[in-house]
Amino acid sequence: MKTYDIVIVGGGPAGLAAAVAAKEAGNDSILILERDHELGGILNQCIHNGFGLHTFKEELTGPEYAYRFIKQVLDLGIEYKLNTMVMDIAEDKTVTAMNREDGMFQIPAKAVILAMGCRERPRGALNIPGYRPAGIFSAGTAQRLVNIEGYMPGREVVILGSGDIGLIMARRMTLEGAKVKVVAELMPYSGGLKRNIVQCLDDYGIPLKLSHTVVDIEGKEHVTAVTIAEVGPDRKPIPGTEERYTCDTLLLSCGLIPENELSRAAGVQMSPITSGPVVNESLETNIPGVFACGNVLHVHDLVDYVSEEAKRAGQNAVKYINDGCKEAGDAEVIEVTATDGARYTVPSTINVDRMDDLLTVRFRVGDVYKNSFVSVYFDDERVMHNQKRILAPGEMEQIVLRKTQLQEKSGLKKITIKIEKD
Amino acid sequence: MFDVIVIGAGVSGSAIARQLSRYNASVCVLEKCEDVCEGTSKANSAIVHAGFDADEGSLMAKLNVRGNEMMDDLARDLDIPFKRNGSMVVCIHKEELDGLKTLYDRGVKNGVKGLKILTREEALEMEPNLSENVEGALFAPTGGIICPFELTIAMAENANVNGVEFRFNTKVEDIKKGEDGLWHLRTNNGEYISKYVVNAAGVYADKIHNMVSADKMHIIERRGDYCLLDKQVGGYVSHTIFPQPTKYGKGVLVTPTVHGNLLVGPTAIDIENKEGTATTAQGIDELTAKASENVRNLPMRNVITSFAGLRAHLERHEFVIEEVADAPCFIDVAGIESPGLSASPAIGEMVGNMLKEKMNLTEKENWIGTRKGITRTEGLSVEEMNALIKKNPAYGTIVCRCESITEGEILDAIHRPLGARSLDGVKRRTRAGMGRCQAGFCSPRTMEILNRELGLSYEEITKSGGKSNIVIERTKGEV
Repeated sequence: MKTYDIVIVGGGPAGLAAAVAAKEAGNDSILILERDHELGGILNQCIHNGFGLHTFKEELTGPEYAYRFIKQVLDLGIEYKLNTMVMDIAEDKTVTAMNREDGMFQIPAKAVILAMGCRERPRGALNIPGYRPAGIFSAGTAQRLVNIEGYMPGREVVILGSGDIGLIMARRMTLEGAKVKVVAELMPYSGGLKRNIVQCLDDYGIPLKLSHTVVDIEGKEHVTAVTIAEVGPDRKPIPGTEERYTCDTLLLSCGLIPENELSRAAGVQMSPITSGPVVNESLETNIPGVFACGNVLHVHDLVDYVSEEAKRAGQNAVKYINDGCKEAGDAEVIEVTATDGARYTVPSTINVDRMDDLLTVRFRVGDVYKNSFVSVYFDDERVMHNQKRILAPGEMEQIVLRKTQLQEKSGLKKITIKIEKD
Repeated sequence: MFDVIVIGAGVSGSAIARQLSRYNASVCVLEKCEDVCEGTSKANSAIVHAGFDADEGSLMAKLNVRGNEMMDDLARDLDIPFKRNGSMVVCIHKEELDGLKTLYDRGVKNGVKGLKILTREEALEMEPNLSENVEGALFAPTGGIICPFELTIAMAENANVNGVEFRFNTKVEDIKKGEDGLWHLRTNNGEYISKYVVNAAGVYADKIHNMVSADKMHIIERRGDYCLLDKQVGGYVSHTIFPQPTKYGKGVLVTPTVHGNLLVGPTAIDIENKEGTATTAQGIDELTAKASENVRNLPMRNVITSFAGLRAHLERHEFVIEEVADAPCFIDVAGIESPGLSASPAIGEMVGNMLKEKMNLTEKENWIGTRKGITRTEGLSVEEMNALIKKNPAYGTIVCRCESITEGEILDAIHRPLGARSLDGVKRRTRAGMGRCQAGFCSPRTMEILNRELGLSYEEITKSGGKSNIVIERTKGEV
């Protein structure tokens, strides 16, 4: 088997953008490993529009957005293997993968970019009581059946969870002639983007019931009805609030989980909050030369940000190789943390010497905050204080740090992001 | 006309079928579902009990201990995973320590080998995640874990290879003794006639029994809810951890599974519904609370699925394996609740011997006692994998990402005797869809394979037979 400098695990939006950036940064020895039978990842089944507003200033469908990057990969002659499953990533960055043609093979890589994306939280993980019949799908599985395979799972639909895929599928099923009866959301706020609630639910008269959950699923062989109930502040169902909906389909859109089984097995340190790797300013994990980007790092709302993040991972992988694959060593790092309503940050540490002139720090909030401030503290000194009309868990936030700003503060130990009322 | 008809293709029916396949007799198994292992056999603790629980001298105790002894050879012959991980009954109240001694004594009388009472320190050393409150434990090294699907499927498959016929989607609606002295079984798929009938119908064994006997039987469906946890925490305990038993049974256990998950359950809730396998929030809360008494900081956030099974409980809490007094040539195998899975090989042996004697059955000369399971790719070296892929490239394609199941394994599951015809059929034979994403990614791929290999249209593909179709029609885009 040929050897490569950079092996990219995953040929979705993150892997593609990382590959293009690495090639453009001057590395010619790149291999993308993709488990599906085409490049593009989940975008291939996202046939709705709304992609690329930031990146291309255009409104593209998912496959169109993916193709912009696939075309660059093809034009740049970047190598890739389809239908190829990565089975293992060793700590020394030997990647073991498998497909029909090559069999099982190992590539000792200089750098590995993790771009495996995420998966949906299944029914089982939600502990929804009731029977276990056919007709229960995660929203993304239903999306694949409808948009790729061309089959309808059912005609009368209840959706639990207001994640973006669930909202998109509410509209999609409606357009295909199904009746979407209700979207129930456990939390008092939606997990999806505001624009999706307006365009996918409100425009079609589909009710969104916040603080509601599924308390029973009926039907031994196939779903026949679903009962939802209101939940109290403890998120436990309130007796007497049950409403029963006859239906043949229950879609679940209750959160996405970064797919880090390979990373974990490789010894990559994980954040319990994002379920993704802990990374530094270079998007590098605790294993030198192993980088992460896209939904495997933390779940994004917009693919544009995935592409932007992945580009940096690709560039940094090349920089790592060009610098002789050195470990960061004992260089002083600044810790980046989130408190007071901010849940996490990516990255978690910054080495000022290695950071770009501008560094985007992304984070999410844990609740809905109105007319609040995003504050940034350098140690105890507040250096940023930006008012936001609304902050919601469903929308990723970001701040931008300037390298000069950090260089000026010598001895800086900790940067903290907080949500403040005033 | 058959010599013997076995009603039910659960673990008992399949064990009996395999035992009968040794003899020169025509045997047919009638199963109302679309596959073997669809009832109680698919939703239980997956434990091979040591045998210290059942009352001394009971048939339950005898068959449990015998079944346990038989399991090593059976697992080897049928190529299924079985592990003697040992079990521990944990005592968390000082005043109940006597209970361990009672169990110990009963176990010794039942013939259970190697039992030992552990001190608090010994128990914690063996299982560091036991509760702080542990006062002592009974250790049974012969306790084991097994895959109930593979055990049932393997026995049925082996029976089938040796000539036993299986009729699926065939529900027995009535049974009459004809003037010809034979049993006439009316089903949704026509009439079946036999000299002998074995009633191994699980929770329906009372209904079947009551078709032929004036001495009515009543089975109570005792539901057990379970949670299955991710392999990430599969090693949280290494032994099967039981609380001390109560009148409702052996209590909520925490155990590794033979495939490396962690299983927590069951509850014990009496219901009167033979199809009542719906879990409840109270049930899940209860099993979490109870399991947490014995195992500390149970990682319940790693649950990947929950399910419920039904125990076929008889008031007298004993296996009933006998010829029905007022229905000669009709044999009940009823009340097979825990430790039914453990006892199943011995149940097969016992019923086989009964019929052999009654019918003067002779042994086949060409009986094949072994079976090669599906070739598993898990744990193979690079060289072994490549040899396999070279022979059959389908082993190079991963279909189920979570459990790393290849297309080759799925094709094998579909095309072997009594092969899989549904998503659950594939799942129970290969584990595709059994992992942490619970078939989110692989079900469309498995559907593609079922469509191609069996010529089933997408609309015809089911989760597990009957009306469990996955999709209903093409989207509007189809021209």
